[in-house]
Amino acid sequence: MYRYDEFDRAFLAERTAQFRDQVARRLAGDLSEDEFKPLRLMNGLYLQLHAYMLRIAVPYGTLSSVQMRRLADVAERWDRGYGHFTTRQNIQLNWIRLEDAPDIMAALAEVEMHGIQTSGNCIRNVTADQYAGVAADEIEDPRIWAEILRQWSTNHPEFSFLPRKFKIAVTGAEFDRAAIRVHDIGLRMRRDPGGAAGFEVVVGGGLGRTPLVGRTIRDFLPKDDLLGYLEAVMRVYNALGRRDNLYKSRIKILVHDVGAEEMGRLVDAEFRAIQADGGVALDPDLVRRIQDHFAPPAYASAPADPDAVRALERADPAFARWVATNTAAHREPGHAIVNLSLKPHGRPPGDATAAEMRAVADMAERWSLGEIRVAHEQNLVLPHVRRADLPAVWRAAQEIGFATPNIGLLTDIIACPGLDYCALATARSIPVAERLADRFRDLDRLHAIGPFRINISGCINACGHHHVGHVGLLGVDKNGEEFYQITLGGNSDNDTAIGRIVGPAVSSAEVVDAIERLVETYVAIREEGETFLETCRRVGNGPFKESIYAAA
Amino acid sequence: MTGQIVTANRLTDGAVVFRTGAGGWSTRVTDAALLDAGAAAAALEVAQADASRQIVVGPYLANAAAGPDGPVPVEFRERIRARGPTVGLPGAIQD
Amino acid sequence: MPLLKGGHAVADAWVHLDDAEPLPPDGVAVTVSGERWERERAVLLARAAPVGVRLGNGAPVEPLAADLPRLGLIALHFPKFSDGRAYSQARRLRRAGYRGELRATGNVLQDQLLLMARVGFDAFQMAASDAERRWQAAVGAYAHFYQPRRTVA
Repeated sequence: MYRYDEFDRAFLAERTAQFRDQVARRLAGDLSEDEFKPLRLMNGLYLQLHAYMLRIAVPYGTLSSVQMRRLADVAERWDRGYGHFTTRQNIQLNWIRLEDAPDIMAALAEVEMHGIQTSGNCIRNVTADQYAGVAADEIEDPRIWAEILRQWSTNHPEFSFLPRKFKIAVTGAEFDRAAIRVHDIGLRMRRDPGGAAGFEVVVGGGLGRTPLVGRTIRDFLPKDDLLGYLEAVMRVYNALGRRDNLYKSRIKILVHDVGAEEMGRLVDAEFRAIQADGGVALDPDLVRRIQDHFAPPAYASAPADPDAVRALERADPAFARWVATNTAAHREPGHAIVNLSLKPHGRPPGDATAAEMRAVADMAERWSLGEIRVAHEQNLVLPHVRRADLPAVWRAAQEIGFATPNIGLLTDIIACPGLDYCALATARSIPVAERLADRFRDLDRLHAIGPFRINISGCINACGHHHVGHVGLLGVDKNGEEFYQITLGGNSDNDTAIGRIVGPAVSSAEVVDAIERLVETYVAIREEGETFLETCRRVGNGPFKESIYAAA
Repeated sequence: MTGQIVTANRLTDGAVVFRTGAGGWSTRVTDAALLDAGAAAAALEVAQADASRQIVVGPYLANAAAGPDGPVPVEFRERIRARGPTVGLPGAIQD
Repeated sequence: MPLLKGGHAVADAWVHLDDAEPLPPDGVAVTVSGERWERERAVLLARAAPVGVRLGNGAPVEPLAADLPRLGLIALHFPKFSDGRAYSQARRLRRAGYRGELRATGNVLQDQLLLMARVGFDAFQMAASDAERRWQAAVGAYAHFYQPRRTVA
């Protein structure tokens, strides 16, 4: 894991002091709300429906046990004892007092955490594959580059007042777990014919009001050119991105309007000018230090297929099911990646209490080299578990209710906070997620349905990424009633696709029944071994439309 | 009777507050003054002065109806603001 | 409206002409809009007195490239502090070799001063009467920058 050095610590101390001063000036009236709002947002502080909300950055989704415990402490001392892990791998606290915010920032800074650039029209916290560094299908740990991007983009003087927010995701793996094609910039590591690692650069993806799949503007960018090239993208966007209409100000609209080819040309021209001026060279010593931080840990040798684990799998189908569903292949023999499901049936997706956070911190310390990951699917991950420890980890996860074997299944629902918390929302998300999870709580049925992703957003801003859910639900307000627009066939991994709207929105009372009928239709018409997404692509929306709107 | 209430968030802690008949702010919607259109516009103007004096943020008018204990917001969003989230969380500290 | 240079409020030595205003006699340092510069470039370049341009924040800086050595002042505008286009204009002008005064005008506030200075602005037209104090507070806030001294060699 990356650990702060003196420079990082000194910078964060300055930032924390600056924020304390800004809050004091706001409370004293020196700053108006209009002037203060972008400053607090650039420190992750929103004013939501019921209180201030603090979004704390989890850089590229990596957390230590020490940091997780501090999050629990902060949630307990200054909030109401729980937090919400988000689709951007961050954590949000919902009941923050402005007056407390400077002390909270100071408490977070002690463990190298903050809310910097988790909001605002700047380069947001960079996200990455939650299996980075341990995935079996990885070229290189993308967090090395995510950390370089974190440093480069932090408090960037030129790119702090962009036309709109700017999100970058990076993956080093073959299989895209980071949804790079629906980000402003998506980076995928690949090799050139000579075997050197570099990046495919995708720009102009995004969800929201105008969902668009990003376009590749560079097939292969050498690693050393990354900062110069991204600086060129940012400068072109800062100069030409629209500022006259909030809904047309993301880079995706610029790319769409000028075309991917012209965008590539504009970026190349700026990149050449940057290179001619000496380039944005990386300090090789710093890169080496960052690489060292992400060097694979010294794993103790571990049996690939421990007898005790095999025996328990045979003896206890519940354990076998959990291993099959909630663990993933690790690059190191004898190890596994363990997903802790933050979707226990009947709970808000992605929420964890302070006690649960501490329990996860303890588990990570005992069985995962003190490291935790946050997945954009709003689950937690223990990245370094010895296979021999799986039974113990399973039991510990069961104790806090994080062992539901539903990773990648229908009840592993991605949902934004919705109208229960969010000032922008037009409808609730969490109660729909809870009702769906309740309807499909039978594990045999859940597993028989197979891979199935439902995403719920409480408004068009699409924090629940509904466009890329296999089934997407978008909450809308119809004359004061909550309705849900259904999209089908979306996907956020290698063959990213935007879901197609199936028909008129259905009422809150109807929506769970409608989804159940849709699922039953899928089960009835699927071919052998076909996932819902595959069936959906084969048959189109037609049969599902019929079932959704069938009279109950 | 239906009318309007003035609501905002308190600057210091973000709490949802409602303007009372006495010109103060209360966290209970039942304390809100239920106003007709003319009085509402005037009350909003005074509330905006409170926004300039670092008391509240973003005051606005919300529709409300008279209930047995005081005003009840009409819109669903405002009812959630007045009452809090509709979902609970096991283990959360409630207040 | 204080004008800050080198952290101090100074008198503005420039006359800022509207597009319709006649040119004063040579000897007076003037600035004109980017549009007027395009139209009257030859006449303005022929003056012995310093000349400057006030560039709109949607304008490209490249057309000025050849004239940069002759320009004594370029003013870039922030119609609202949250409109950050002028930051990139400033970077591009400095990269193109502009060494004259680069002045930030418009909605110039304390919390953006340091960002502006770091992309190359060296003069700031502020509405706040205590601009000097604000400058001190702004530059005193940070001694650590990730760009360009850190990641970037």
